[in-house]
Amino acid sequence: MSQIRNFSIIAHIDHGKSTLADRLIQHAGLVTEREFRDQILDTMDLERERGITIKSQTVTLPYTDKKGETFALNLIDTPGHVDFSYEVSRALASCEGVLLLVDASQGVQAQTLANLYMAMEHDLEIIPVINKIDLPSADIERTREQIETELGLDGEEAILCSAKEGIGIEDVLEAIVEHIPPPKAQKDAPLSALIFDASYDSFRGTIVSCRLFDGSLRPGDLIRFMSNKAVYKVDEVGVFRIQREPRPSLSAGEVGYIISGIKTVSDTSMGDTITLDTHPAPAPLPGFREVKSVVFSSIYPIASDDFQDLAEALEKYKLNDAALTYQKDTSAALGQGFRCGFLGLLHLEIVQQRLEREYGQTFIMTVPSVQYRFTLQDGGTVTVDNPQYYPDPAAIIGSAEPYIRANILIPERYMGAVMSLCMERRGINSQSTYPTPGRIEISLEMPLAEVIVDFYDRLKTVTQGYGSFDYALIEHRESDLVKLDILVNGEKVDALSLIVHKARAREWGVKVCERLKKEIPRHQFKIAIQGAIGGKIISRSTVAAFRKDVTAKCYGGDITRKRKLLEKQKKGKKRMKMVGSVMIPQKAFVAVLKSDDE
Amino acid sequence: MMNNSELPGLYIHVPFCGGKCPYCDFYSVTTRSQMGQWLEALEREALLYRGRFSLFDSLYIGGGTPSLLGEETLSSLMEGLLRRFAFSSDAEFTIEGNPDDVIPDKAALFRDLGFNRISLGVQSFDDRELRLLQRRHSACQAERALDCLRRAGFDNVGIDLMYGLPGQTQSDWLRTLGRALEFEPAHLSCYELTISAGTPFARMREAGVFAPLEEEEGRALFLATAQYLADRGYIHYEVSNYAREKKSMCRHNRKYWNRTPYLGLGPSAHSFAQGERWWTVKSVSRYIDCLFKGRSPVEGRERLSPAQASLESLALGFRTKEGLDEALFHNRPRADKILKELCESGLVNRENGRILPTPKGFLVADSLPLLFY
Repeated sequence: MSQIRNFSIIAHIDHGKSTLADRLIQHAGLVTEREFRDQILDTMDLERERGITIKSQTVTLPYTDKKGETFALNLIDTPGHVDFSYEVSRALASCEGVLLLVDASQGVQAQTLANLYMAMEHDLEIIPVINKIDLPSADIERTREQIETELGLDGEEAILCSAKEGIGIEDVLEAIVEHIPPPKAQKDAPLSALIFDASYDSFRGTIVSCRLFDGSLRPGDLIRFMSNKAVYKVDEVGVFRIQREPRPSLSAGEVGYIISGIKTVSDTSMGDTITLDTHPAPAPLPGFREVKSVVFSSIYPIASDDFQDLAEALEKYKLNDAALTYQKDTSAALGQGFRCGFLGLLHLEIVQQRLEREYGQTFIMTVPSVQYRFTLQDGGTVTVDNPQYYPDPAAIIGSAEPYIRANILIPERYMGAVMSLCMERRGINSQSTYPTPGRIEISLEMPLAEVIVDFYDRLKTVTQGYGSFDYALIEHRESDLVKLDILVNGEKVDALSLIVHKARAREWGVKVCERLKKEIPRHQFKIAIQGAIGGKIISRSTVAAFRKDVTAKCYGGDITRKRKLLEKQKKGKKRMKMVGSVMIPQKAFVAVLKSDDE
Repeated sequence: MMNNSELPGLYIHVPFCGGKCPYCDFYSVTTRSQMGQWLEALEREALLYRGRFSLFDSLYIGGGTPSLLGEETLSSLMEGLLRRFAFSSDAEFTIEGNPDDVIPDKAALFRDLGFNRISLGVQSFDDRELRLLQRRHSACQAERALDCLRRAGFDNVGIDLMYGLPGQTQSDWLRTLGRALEFEPAHLSCYELTISAGTPFARMREAGVFAPLEEEEGRALFLATAQYLADRGYIHYEVSNYAREKKSMCRHNRKYWNRTPYLGLGPSAHSFAQGERWWTVKSVSRYIDCLFKGRSPVEGRERLSPAQASLESLALGFRTKEGLDEALFHNRPRADKILKELCESGLVNRENGRILPTPKGFLVADSLPLLFY
């Protein structure tokens, strides 16, 4: 056990976490140079495009240190986005230490801080690593200074490396062995293993990734999930060496996988404790909680006949993503669909894109909503995450919406722009600190609803890319809410309704009408787009009718060409949804929340 | 949908012109050296359809410039056709002509060969515009040609005109239209200038020499034309076509729009029969070569699925005054609501179980079909 090290790499987006992981894997000889490709751990196309890890993976690296001792280094990869902070916390709970990676040209960012706090909560050994030292814009001294002042770590001890160029990799490995303590665990105690990940394999079912704290485990054992008391018989255990590698057993301190006939990943819960059914641990490991959706949106097939296809795609997708929740939903305008719950806006986008790319679905996704609470005259409370179910306004005596605490780290010169953005988004109780000269950390409270709508994009714009942002949910707070309805040619399009703060309702109404005006193509008739609260129209825009498109000549030789053109346009129309007699493009439904400059 | 109650029409493509007009995208060549071989090939092509087509009630000699054909060629063409095919006793025989070719002898020849309808490519009665269009006749020549046709006894003459020309004002256009009406033509075709890819006009537009009409200008000219001619008793029976009375509507062209079968002979000609469309090679040389070697000159064909057939019916129906049978919409989702809105917007009228487009409806005829998908 003294030869085991369990660690994670934590970093702000794009600071080079995946590249470093790849280098460590390559150094351990798990892949040959020929097999080596960039970012081995990030296997999804989407991840590579976005440069972030969505689905974490784990790998056991064999390592022989300078003294000739051999070690098993378990690298537990973590998802790199605030939406997945609970997943990150479970991964960190499985480690004894972390590499805290900081980009030498970017310095400390909001997520670096958030990750550091999380690592400190778990009492982990923290090894600062300055990456990308090969870049011309690298400022190593300044980064050391930020590590000292902003993170309170020893900047002088930070390891210098360039994962891209393969510089300093040996130093990083030595530091892991030297500074991260071996796991403390009791092999003879009853089994307690922490689930920090699960993935789906179409042949083997759910593959559970776990860290054994106490006890040991072998095929044939009966295991019990402590949260839901489900019992399974273990088929196989092993470790990850890029591929799964079966072992006769797993013991305390080790990180590996369990296959035990669990059908879907939803049957497992991240953070749950696995124990032996015959000899259970007295208590589960601390920190377990149910993952809760915070952002909700409905999806509808473009053609109503495709509903069954969409249902099947969601079902398959869900096998691999326990965090997605969904249930059937019906819209008067868009027909049958699903109401989905997500961990955050990024999670929403990932699900959307994967359903499209990997499952070939075309669908309409409605404007995301948070979960609102309404207190009614009869004393009851209702939770509403779908504007369609906004209660009768006459019956509402109180309304509340979720708030977050946001941490924003920016160069000082953007202070004014960022503060006005935050005020526009109803930010309150802001506090600023100056962690190092020239930089400001703003901490403030904001409604989550204001953040899920393009806040991050706007922050990036107003800070020219220098601003970073992190948030945590705090609580529901009283708020004056109204429902904004959108009418297209007098017909209410329920899928476009929004619950908004009263003070911003008009602004929203105007924005949505203007945006839809841009998105809805011209028709044979004039289209009126209106925003309404209750029965009152608060905003309006008009899509002028197009007035002429006819070709002058149509004789024998023109008919085939004309029909083919119509067939092509007919196909394009498949990406539109008919509402009454108005064709609304699929993208209009989410476009209403995009910034105008996009 | 497919009109089987009418007899099919026969189209002959004459692929020869005295020169290429810069706006035209019909297929033609400017040399006449292959005229003899073309005629022989055409006779061979006609043989291929002996079994499939026997009786027609319209013949349309188009091009190209059919009036360019000399007496011998034209006579031989007509004799050949009459030998191969039968025509109903009341058949419409149309030939297209250019004013510069229509001299008294030619008019008499048309008469002798049995033509009872002439479509004259006047385009404009303004010499500046005619030069711009690089036509080989003047306004004066056009008037002489019309007189000549009248004197030869033709009462069914159609005049082709173009509007939306660079530098042409609405009053310029109405003046041309007025000059045409002085001849009390049985038929008028009024085409907005269309700039087709690959034509000299398209290159001039790209070079910024002139700009096409704005949507609103085109619309205003179209509606002004429709109103002007309606006020003078003309029937606006297709987007660009007007008839002085019901019987002067072009029987042959209506077959294209109501999906009556037609056979097209000659290079680049299109045919339609029994749910199938086919077309021949767009080259006189290849056309001749195929037929001389005993091969079919057909370059492409397509069999229409029921869905394609009904899409065509909609696309064509919205272009004609006759409109569409309401039955065509019965199984389409939301059709009733959409039709109601189109009525309210003044784009169509509903009468006796038919959907009848108005001139405003004609203006958007290309997009109306898609509303029902």
